Amino acid sequence: MTILDNSPPGDTDASSIDEPVGKAGDKIFFGLSFGAAALILVTLAAVAIFLFLEGLPIFTSDTAELDGDGSFVSYVGPLVFGTIYISVIALVLATPVAIAVALYVSHYAPRKLAQSLGSFIDLLAAIPSVVYGLWGITVLAPVMARSVFPWLRENLGFIPLFGSDVPIAQSGRSTLTVGVVLAVMILPIITAISREVFIQTPRLHEEASIALGATRWEMIRQAVIPYGRSGVISGAMLGLGRALGETMAVAIILSPAKGYFWDVLTAQNSNSIAANIALQFPESSGLEVNRLIATGLVLFVITFGVNAIARRIANAGFSGADG
Amino acid sequence: MNRSATRAPYFEASIPMTDSVRAPATAPNEPVDANAPVDLPNRIDIRDLDIYYGDFKAVEGVSMTINPRSVTALIGPSGCGKSTFLRSMNRMHEVIRGAYVDGEVIINGRNLYGPGVDPVAVRRKVGMVFQRPNPFPTMSIADNVLAGKKLNSKRMSKSVAAELVETSLRGANLWNEVKDRLDGPGSGLSGGQQQRLCIARAIAVEPDVLLMDEPCSALDPISTLAIEELMLELKNSYNIVIVTHNMQQAARVSDRTGFFNIEGTGKPGRLIEMDATEKIFSNPTEQQTQDYVTGRFG
Amino acid sequence: MSLTDIPPRPLESDERSNSDDAITSGSLAGAPMLGIFAGAVVIGALSWLPFGGVNWARWVIVTLLAYVIGTLIISRVVESPRQATDRFATAVMSSAFLLVMLPLVSVVWTVVERGANRFDWTFYSETMRGVIGEGGGGYHAIVGTLIVTSLTALFAIPFGLFTAIYLVEYANGSRFSKAVTALVDVMTGIPSIVAGLFAYALFVLIDGPGHRSGLAGAVALTLLMTPVVVRTSEEMLRLVPNELREASFALGVPRWRTITKVVLPTAIAGILTGIVLAVARVIGETAPLLVTVGITANLNKNPLSGRMATLPVFSYNSYKFPTLPPEASIDRAWTAALTLVLIVMVLFVTARILSSILKPKGLR
Repeated sequence: MTILDNSPPGDTDASSIDEPVGKAGDKIFFGLSFGAAALILVTLAAVAIFLFLEGLPIFTSDTAELDGDGSFVSYVGPLVFGTIYISVIALVLATPVAIAVALYVSHYAPRKLAQSLGSFIDLLAAIPSVVYGLWGITVLAPVMARSVFPWLRENLGFIPLFGSDVPIAQSGRSTLTVGVVLAVMILPIITAISREVFIQTPRLHEEASIALGATRWEMIRQAVIPYGRSGVISGAMLGLGRALGETMAVAIILSPAKGYFWDVLTAQNSNSIAANIALQFPESSGLEVNRLIATGLVLFVITFGVNAIARRIANAGFSGADG
Repeated sequence: MNRSATRAPYFEASIPMTDSVRAPATAPNEPVDANAPVDLPNRIDIRDLDIYYGDFKAVEGVSMTINPRSVTALIGPSGCGKSTFLRSMNRMHEVIRGAYVDGEVIINGRNLYGPGVDPVAVRRKVGMVFQRPNPFPTMSIADNVLAGKKLNSKRMSKSVAAELVETSLRGANLWNEVKDRLDGPGSGLSGGQQQRLCIARAIAVEPDVLLMDEPCSALDPISTLAIEELMLELKNSYNIVIVTHNMQQAARVSDRTGFFNIEGTGKPGRLIEMDATEKIFSNPTEQQTQDYVTGRFG
Repeated sequence: MSLTDIPPRPLESDERSNSDDAITSGSLAGAPMLGIFAGAVVIGALSWLPFGGVNWARWVIVTLLAYVIGTLIISRVVESPRQATDRFATAVMSSAFLLVMLPLVSVVWTVVERGANRFDWTFYSETMRGVIGEGGGGYHAIVGTLIVTSLTALFAIPFGLFTAIYLVEYANGSRFSKAVTALVDVMTGIPSIVAGLFAYALFVLIDGPGHRSGLAGAVALTLLMTPVVVRTSEEMLRLVPNELREASFALGVPRWRTITKVVLPTAIAGILTGIVLAVARVIGETAPLLVTVGITANLNKNPLSGRMATLPVFSYNSYKFPTLPPEASIDRAWTAALTLVLIVMVLFVTARILSSILKPKGLR
């Protein structure tokens, strides 16, 4: 056996341990990384400051030249209402289906199929919103106007959501149609997050349940759903955040009007903040632009709040689930 | 390979080894008196070393001398700070945030913790092998061996590189097993082979000292045997310090053994006793050591 | 070869008939379930009758309803109530899945069908310059999208990657890093239109009101893409076992070389996949470009000044403000949408291929 023909130990000069190695490289690399991280802070501060600065004139300038009574609150109020109303409809429609699909992918579909289904759902999340918008107005809106709206108005007209003096929108360009399109758009997000937590259900919990003779559904109810509840909720909140900020689908499909409207079947609908900006911005100038930017700030605050709640739920849930 | 035939059969169980400890294996060409401090290059002197993680004092007041061309084993119960102590000898513990030491680790007359010492340079002088084999998954076997040189952007000719790969792999007793697949992935090897690849990688940097942190605890008995034999060969060229949980292993491979212990949770670990391996396992001075090596606790 | 002479004890169930055996009782598994589903499909098909024409959506919905209800009733009669609930749940889940497929398949089908009208060479080689009515194309919009997206990637990838490297390799849980992580979360939630307004406000301060440029659009998209890059890169870097870093440090390799030569190569498959997916996300963004880049009929290759056409805005604009005859405009809108969907799909396939090629074979 050959013994190493290294230079005998000890002939290396002892002083070499304080020759710095790669110090310059380390400094530069650290500088770049730290700089990038610091830039995140700067960027966010800049977003807040710029939106604030550009939105501020609406409160300080003479607003007589603007339409309406010029008050910002009466301008943004219906938009806030519309934004939240549409998003909540989308959320209510999407969440149950998303949970069912997530359970199907995580616990029912054959393993091989499940993987491709997972990436297919990811792909759907990446389809541009303008495409969903075009589809919504071309395909879905006529179907809704023809077969869904009349049925809802006739059979469920006693609920204020579906009944009012205003006739149903023949074009189908109403809040409900937008809600359905947004539901389709946020479904992949909620599904993806729910699937993730369902998959992470500890095997032990599942096997404990099955070993007691539970059927698959009973196992899901006993083990999977309790474990995944907080994950599903935070996924739904993230979906809500996405719906709140969704612009193009609403801008293309909705037929907006000024004011607060509960009826989801008519051609008079409260617009959303984002869609309003997209529609008004190209033709705006002067103070109108400032006003739109101020509404953007309001939207930012709303989504920020929703996302913060989502994160709090997620964090609280996961630490509790392990205990 | 013939040495193994004369060794005690391998066994893993923690049977007390009070009276029948085998004499430590001595290197064939250079017998070392294990007890007498030898004034050779690469002797390590540790003086009153305290190791902290933030506010927590993990190791307290360790002083010892580690002789070159020998294997020194550190034993003790879990959490007694022996691994932390080992890592302080090439400043690897500093990877953890808030870790610092108080005291001196002197190799060749230089304090590793002296002012101006670059921990990165220290690690080139003091190599380390870890508990779980960790070859770089993105590199071939040959590139793994060369990693220490290549990652430091040393350019070398192909022939020099090939020679270094061969000598290092031979040094780690792995050459014959992998010489036909040097371009294959390092992760394709068995656990024991991977660990020897990691040893080859460590010695390719030509360190003076080789630290081993429970190098066999993730391996099967046969691989363990191979690594132990390797250690006995390597000690002719390197100063080896090994942390092990396996007292039989310490008895088989080491010349001197240090016993660490801890008074209780949250208390710092201390070096209780350090002596020739034979003495530690047959007739230790301290009662704690006696209790530990006879399996009464730990 | 048996080791004992004692014959095996006969199983009790051997003496019973299978039908009333406790563990095989009243099973609908296999063929009967297929039968129920086939029946549901027929009922769905019958739902055409009162209306005359084939309506796919109604067929699918009625079929699924019949399947779910049929399963519940039949299983309750044949099997036990518990079994029935289980089968019902299974039916609901798989139906939900098929129900979701309905709009999604419809979206893809519609885009392909309508986009095919102008899926010709003219669309991909001509701009809208001087075009009124038929003809013209989206060449200028494709070029614009490529320019804006490339600029975005150029800004967002180093920005996001270095931030992730800071968070994983350097930060060690400092307060600053916690703040950065929290703010990345906030950034993830910024509505795209708000990102557009920010970029607009920023450039207005520099250039005065009414500013439009590809660069402003890229800044807006960078704001949207960076947090995605940070998140995925961070996740991938954290997956790299610490042992590899330690092994490298123990060889006396400086930290930055450990990161570039050991950590990044190990994580590169996941990071690149994440980046490609992030590009796929931003390439279809419409709203921020609408307010920052605007739209034009001409080819503009200079991102520093002037309006620029981009595919999503071109698609939106052609649909929303059609020229006469409207069909020509609307066809162009659909073909632009189809082109976008194709690009997104190509990016997805690229991501899959990248991740399978680059994944280190030996990573545990």
